[in-house]
Amino acid sequence: MEINISINGESRTFDVEPRTLLVHLLRDDAGLTGTHIACETSICGACTVLMDGKAVKSCTVLAAQADGCAVTTIEGLANGDQLHPLQEQFWEKHGLQCGFCTPGMILTANQLIASNSNPTDEEIRHGIEGNICRCTGYQNIVDAISAAAAQMRE
Amino acid sequence: MAQAPKFIGAPIKRRDDPRLIQGLAHYVDDFNPHGTLHMAMVRSPYGKANIRSVDVSKAAAAEGVVAVYTHEETKGIGPVPVGGLVPDAKVPEQPILADKQTLFAGEPVVAVIAETRYGARDAADLVDIDYEPLDAVVDLAAAMESGSPKVHDAYESNEAFKWGIAGGDVEAGMKEADVIVKEKITNARVAPLALEPRGVLAHYLPGEDKMTIWTSTQVPHKVRTLVALQIGMPENRMRVIAPEVGGGFGSKLNIYREEALAAFVSRELGVPIKWVESRSENFMTTIHGRGQVGDVEMGLKNDGTITAFRYNVLADCGAYYQLLTVAIFTLTGLMLPGPYKIENIEMNATGVFTNKVATDAYRGAGRPEATYILERMMDIAAIELGMDPVEIRRKNFPDKSEFPFNTSAGLSYDSGDYHQALDLALEAADYSGMRAQQEEARKDGRYLGIGFSTYVEICGMGPSAALGGQGWESARVRVEPTGKATVFSGASPHGQGQQTSFAQIVADGLGIDVNDVTVIHGDTDVVPYGVGTFGSRGTVVGGSAVVYARDKVRAKMAKFAAMEFEADENDIEFEDGKVFVRSAPEKSAGFAEVAMMAYSAIALPEDTDPGLEETHFFEPSNFTFPFGTHIVLAEVDPETGDVEILRYVAVDDVGNMINPLLVHGQIHGGIAQGLGQALEEEMIYGEGGQPLNASFMHYALPKASRLPRFELLHTTTPTDVNPLGAKGVGEAGTIGSTPAVVNAVLDALSPFGITHIDMPLRPERLWRAIAEKRA
Repeated sequence: MEINISINGESRTFDVEPRTLLVHLLRDDAGLTGTHIACETSICGACTVLMDGKAVKSCTVLAAQADGCAVTTIEGLANGDQLHPLQEQFWEKHGLQCGFCTPGMILTANQLIASNSNPTDEEIRHGIEGNICRCTGYQNIVDAISAAAAQMRE
Repeated sequence: MAQAPKFIGAPIKRRDDPRLIQGLAHYVDDFNPHGTLHMAMVRSPYGKANIRSVDVSKAAAAEGVVAVYTHEETKGIGPVPVGGLVPDAKVPEQPILADKQTLFAGEPVVAVIAETRYGARDAADLVDIDYEPLDAVVDLAAAMESGSPKVHDAYESNEAFKWGIAGGDVEAGMKEADVIVKEKITNARVAPLALEPRGVLAHYLPGEDKMTIWTSTQVPHKVRTLVALQIGMPENRMRVIAPEVGGGFGSKLNIYREEALAAFVSRELGVPIKWVESRSENFMTTIHGRGQVGDVEMGLKNDGTITAFRYNVLADCGAYYQLLTVAIFTLTGLMLPGPYKIENIEMNATGVFTNKVATDAYRGAGRPEATYILERMMDIAAIELGMDPVEIRRKNFPDKSEFPFNTSAGLSYDSGDYHQALDLALEAADYSGMRAQQEEARKDGRYLGIGFSTYVEICGMGPSAALGGQGWESARVRVEPTGKATVFSGASPHGQGQQTSFAQIVADGLGIDVNDVTVIHGDTDVVPYGVGTFGSRGTVVGGSAVVYARDKVRAKMAKFAAMEFEADENDIEFEDGKVFVRSAPEKSAGFAEVAMMAYSAIALPEDTDPGLEETHFFEPSNFTFPFGTHIVLAEVDPETGDVEILRYVAVDDVGNMINPLLVHGQIHGGIAQGLGQALEEEMIYGEGGQPLNASFMHYALPKASRLPRFELLHTTTPTDVNPLGAKGVGEAGTIGSTPAVVNAVLDALSPFGITHIDMPLRPERLWRAIAEKRA
């Protein structure tokens, strides 16, 4: 079936099997491998992308469901050479180690800040509960999100 | 170097991060060479089963299927490599695809090769295997009873090996004791769960007779040597690349079936073959950690002095060994005395085969088990003797003047000041304030507990002879003609950040900017033969190799500068991108100018060849022994059994720190994993040998909302085992945290008279223990 998705601001048409998952379309057909797969069951959040501005776990969204939608992946978050505040702060606060969870974590945090511009640490920890990181113990991630929120309020 | 370090010791942001935060990094599954075929495995769902028949006809006929492999077509591949054995261990051969029997749930029987990912999976579902399920061996104690079902029909029993270690005279020590405390203690099986599952892409080019394997591994050179042997290919026709690796924690310190299989199939078909593990496959077929059930006995004098320590343990091997399955248990034995002066120790380990995936190295690898049982016994003994847990620990510490300290397990601890770390932790935690808080809370019917863990671990693996080979690491440093420096490391980091810390090491020694240094690792065609990253050795051993290679290059550059300035080479200094004569600083040239001299080679110093590239293989003289004290304040809700960590204070002495930002990151992550093991994590198998919680939905690993903020402090006791004075930090958090958390929970429950509950301390387990005491 033919579907049209705006990915990172670029309108693209794909011919896919109806069962194709959005994450596979993004990685294999669109060539955007920054979105990762780590559980295939929507628990870990590594595959999180923004669909019409809302964070979704792309391993359990059909590509067909994204037909006509605007999808933002980690590759589309920076504004040209200007890193997004979340990207800047994850770097600054050492909020990542192996980096595999990072794209999903950043996009989830993006939605968290969009709905709460000044989250407490507790709210951040609750807000990223659907994203698993095995490396960092989350503390630097929480600090990075908190700092990014502050930067975005300025 | 003469000048003070500018970069070493500084919390420099990671140079790896820009690609990772923008989604521009490449993990195995991100590579798609033209014509890549996909491999899907058909795996046994049974703990143990006979294979009556395998019918692949429907799968082979499915659209897009290129080939189907069974045991018959792959029996030419050598078995999965095994090392680190003890004498007389029974060593079952682990085939690539099962033949007549499968011995654990997840064991592969058939591999399907198809044009697409979905097509391979579809066709795998069409394979028809007729199994006869057999009784499975799950429980360790039951496995050792006569009449138990057997894992391996060919062996008389489920005993895999016997291994022991003894120092002093435990019998005499027990006789000397005023009290003997005993407990049965379990270190449950847990899953490492690197967030990137395993994956392999093998690409054989027939014209060049060259195999390239991208694999998510901690040990690319081991993979090259061993897979080359498995598939009968000259090692120098094979290139193994560990690209971006999404975590390992020991689980990728291994050679797995799919690596040799993908390479074998790629060579047969002449096209790239890719296999990427699903999470459920990861739970079922990637190694697990821990898995010890033991009886612990400790003798003490009334003043708290330990007189003897004994550990008789059943060690869960799984059905087959992986690379270091047996060796991991021996590390427990080596670290049994911990940070205490225990003159009489004994460990008697019985390895047990079970119908489960192998255990092997998981972060800490044998040492968390030792630390856990010892620290649990310290608290149990403190209660028995009516002592404070701090005082009983202090009583048994060696003094700093006693280092290097020789232990009854035969090790020599390089350096340490255990009292200092404990004192700092007590001060930071405000221990007496915590006790007052606990007392107040009890009056209100709240159950707070304070838990300690004073630990020492063995790191910087390690002298080659002590490890049974390959304890060294390699590095090559090249100063390029333009004055940039490139580090080629034999270590293979996968998130630890050595692309930054090794650059710091080289920048300081050569007096150049850290951004002028590039660090390359993980590609066997590019870097010198190396050992890999595990056992907290990346910086300690690998970084030391970088130091020596750097200094060789520097010495050679100094010769060129000395020639140019007509000065003594020992009088040449490197600083701020300049090379100059120390006693006559006006004689100065840019770093790049001197580099170019070495490459133009128009004039050469005496006995000096052109070029600036030096390699060093560093063999450490000993392990390193980081140590510390972790203190936890926890609260248990007696109505629900839920545990909340109120404070977490950690003092870790890891020797000199190259980059404190990275050190803290390692400790944070380590604590989280150890805390997960203490409170939540455990692989659970049903009677038939099927894992019951093989998904992130059912296996509880720490999430952000369940973890506290960690308060980290350090003491610094350098080591003289390596030129960096660094001791290693990858596993400290995992080792220190588990007992501190459990001890805190049990301290909270002490009013109920509860002295021990096995991990994981899930609410249900605590609630039942409390309910039992209340009833």
